[in-house]
Amino acid sequence: MAAIEVNGKSYEVDEEGYLSDLNQWDKDVAEAMANAEDCKLTDEHWDIINFLREYYEEYQIAPAVRVLTKAVGKKLGKDKGNSKYLYELFPYGPGKQACKYAGLPKPTGCV
Amino acid sequence: MATKKFMYLNRKAPYGTVYALESLEVVLIGAAFEQDVSLAFIGDGVYQLVKGQKTDGIGMKNFSPTFAALGDYEVNKIYVEKESLEERGLTLEDLQHLVWEDEDDDYAEKDSIRLVNRSELADVLDDQDIVLSF
Repeated sequence: MAAIEVNGKSYEVDEEGYLSDLNQWDKDVAEAMANAEDCKLTDEHWDIINFLREYYEEYQIAPAVRVLTKAVGKKLGKDKGNSKYLYELFPYGPGKQACKYAGLPKPTGCV
Repeated sequence: MATKKFMYLNRKAPYGTVYALESLEVVLIGAAFEQDVSLAFIGDGVYQLVKGQKTDGIGMKNFSPTFAALGDYEVNKIYVEKESLEERGLTLEDLQHLVWEDEDDDYAEKDSIRLVNRSELADVLDDQDIVLSF
């Protein structure tokens, strides 16, 4: 099992870099994962990351991109609930990349 | 691609076998393909929708909260067989209250669960293009 080291703390990850245990998640590991992919986390990124964590807490799944887009539009405003906005924040794909930083498993059905 | 009517028929209790969880995962994956999706719960399958599930004692993930996300996936036809509930001493009140939001009706919350009797369910099944049984 691979692991990421941040500030002396070790986080177990799977072969694609997703946290093995979402309870291990904290902001430090999110920042470290983002830095490793040359992504600087802004408040706008955090809005999505926090949204995903809340969604997982309630429904026990990482939502599909289509569902995420719609739900973000409803919660954070129509200007943010579109794939252009989300892909600008997370160019590797809002599902894959944002879920990874949020400590969630890869979305169900995401290849 | 022409839209087909997909029915996921759930017949088993939520834990003890992997059928229930696998079915739910297939439903979520399948929903991405924008087909006309329905779910039906018969026999011990009705236990999957019982509210207040706690799985701490059996060391399995409680996936029942995920049923509440089905509305977000535009899966809003969830049939529950009346006889199966009655045979197990259950009523609709024992099940999760599943809803979906109708975008065309100012996001009004509407019930997803449809209580049907055995012969009504037979007609629903007869109307499907594809039935996947779990």
